[in-house]
Amino acid sequence: MVISMEDVEHVAKLARLYLTKEEKKMFKRQLSDVLEHARIISGIDTSDVEPTSHAIPLANVAREDEVRPSLPVEEAVRNAPWSEGGAFMVPKII
Amino acid sequence: MEFETIIGLEIHAELSTKSKMFCGCSTEFGGEPNTRTCPVCLGHPGTLPVANRKAIEYTILLGLALNCEIARRSLFHRKNYFYPDMPKNYQISQYDIPLSKNGFLEIDMGDYKRKVGITRVHLEEDTGKSIHVGESGRIHGAGRSLEDFNRAGIPLVEIVTEPDLRTPEEARNFMIELRAMLEYLGISDCKMEEGSLRCDANISIAVDGVQGTKVEIKNMNSFRALQRALSFEEKRQKEIIIGGGKIPQETRHWDEAAGVTHTLRMKEEAFDYRYFPEPDLVPLEPDPQIVEELQKSLPETPGQRLDRFIRKYGLPKDTARVLVYDKKLGDFYEEAVAKGGNPVAIAKWLAGDFVGLLNEFSIKVENSPIGPHGISELILLVERGVISGRMAKDVLKEAFQSGESPAQIVSRKGLSQIADSEEIALIVERVVDDNPQAVRDFLEGKEQALKFLMGQVMKLSRGKANPTMASEKLRELLEKRQ
Repeated sequence: MVISMEDVEHVAKLARLYLTKEEKKMFKRQLSDVLEHARIISGIDTSDVEPTSHAIPLANVAREDEVRPSLPVEEAVRNAPWSEGGAFMVPKII
Repeated sequence: MEFETIIGLEIHAELSTKSKMFCGCSTEFGGEPNTRTCPVCLGHPGTLPVANRKAIEYTILLGLALNCEIARRSLFHRKNYFYPDMPKNYQISQYDIPLSKNGFLEIDMGDYKRKVGITRVHLEEDTGKSIHVGESGRIHGAGRSLEDFNRAGIPLVEIVTEPDLRTPEEARNFMIELRAMLEYLGISDCKMEEGSLRCDANISIAVDGVQGTKVEIKNMNSFRALQRALSFEEKRQKEIIIGGGKIPQETRHWDEAAGVTHTLRMKEEAFDYRYFPEPDLVPLEPDPQIVEELQKSLPETPGQRLDRFIRKYGLPKDTARVLVYDKKLGDFYEEAVAKGGNPVAIAKWLAGDFVGLLNEFSIKVENSPIGPHGISELILLVERGVISGRMAKDVLKEAFQSGESPAQIVSRKGLSQIADSEEIALIVERVVDDNPQAVRDFLEGKEQALKFLMGQVMKLSRGKANPTMASEKLRELLEKRQ
């Protein structure tokens, strides 16, 4: 399963990532590997296997109800393309 | 045509934990936009949510209080949607295996009781707040939106009822019962005005026993709004049916100012949330021993307290309801009773004049300038005949406004009523002497004249004569004259 350079560029655009030529090449290979891995797995007959939501046999991981420091608001909105008064600004919704 | 209104509710309540559901940000209300956010609740890549133990316990506690079965294994799911009030583009919620299901809550409608089925109680995270900026200020026509994620990630329980409610009043009473339950469990602030308790409703009209089309109503921000919106919708749907029309399946928005509902979205626009198990969180398998401990730790429910107030203190049901369905007022009442005074009298004063003052001055019971001790003192002053009920009304109001104790007010203003029998006898004698005509009228059988004479006694004593003693003395004296 191989994905094209155009696919990589399209996904990067959707994710608002600005990639160098080298990075694009690397992600093209890595994403292809991931899809190939999924293709192999999807070939396995699982008709007798119960759906698995979690791969590790672990339950009840929880934390105590304790407040920890939040980010300074300028840090919180630093990566946002637009913000106003500490709020994230987004284009009109409906 | 025979109509039957069918109502089901979906309620969301923020849990009163200190920190958010999956991160350590504070859950405190208010604050400048995004001052209570971190990489987890902002959905930054590579971060991992960790569940808040307290929130899980609270949800199980609520499930138990609502007579639900607690799941032995429960999962979190991702609810995916494209709306900017959640930075992750999904909300962590529960889907096919909620923490608890199949319970009930009974409501009291005065003439009858109704057992309302609880379909499920599940745990999720709250979303952020969108402020729509633009020409109209409303969501339609807004130019852009500002997103504040302080609320995003606050633990939220969702309670879904069976369609067991039959009138808008029942829906309102259900909410009152549920809010009281949340209050008694101490797991939610239940402030509808701050949005920590919210309610959506489904309503349909069955015609001659045939199920109707369900309409969902949103944006009801008070118990009154819930009842008004459902009454409006009930009438609207019946009118369409009578007119031979069909009710489309849709979601409608309650407009509080206009008092109407209008279409928000049609069924065809309904979302496909593409639920799937949250891979970043492991399953919940409540330890049966902990569930048992929680069951044992369940506090007295509002219904139990109501029964107790009626049985133990001999209160009329209506009075008891006023005290019980505001937990803090109920606590205030019990403290006052413990300080002394007739429990029925205390209840009557609290549910009447005291609540009236709280409303008049928009003060919450916990901030009342007069405490349980002051109320007890006031009632004892009345019981001992130091002041009359009429005087107590004014003393209560003054104590409420100034914070001065009732006893202090009475002594400072020289208010204590005349309960000295000799002094009363003197006043009564003088009134009888001064009003021969009224005395004659009374002796001729005009009961009305007695009221006039009593009025004169009160006037002469400047309202301070103990009315019971004065009226006894008056009759005694009049009988002598016969």
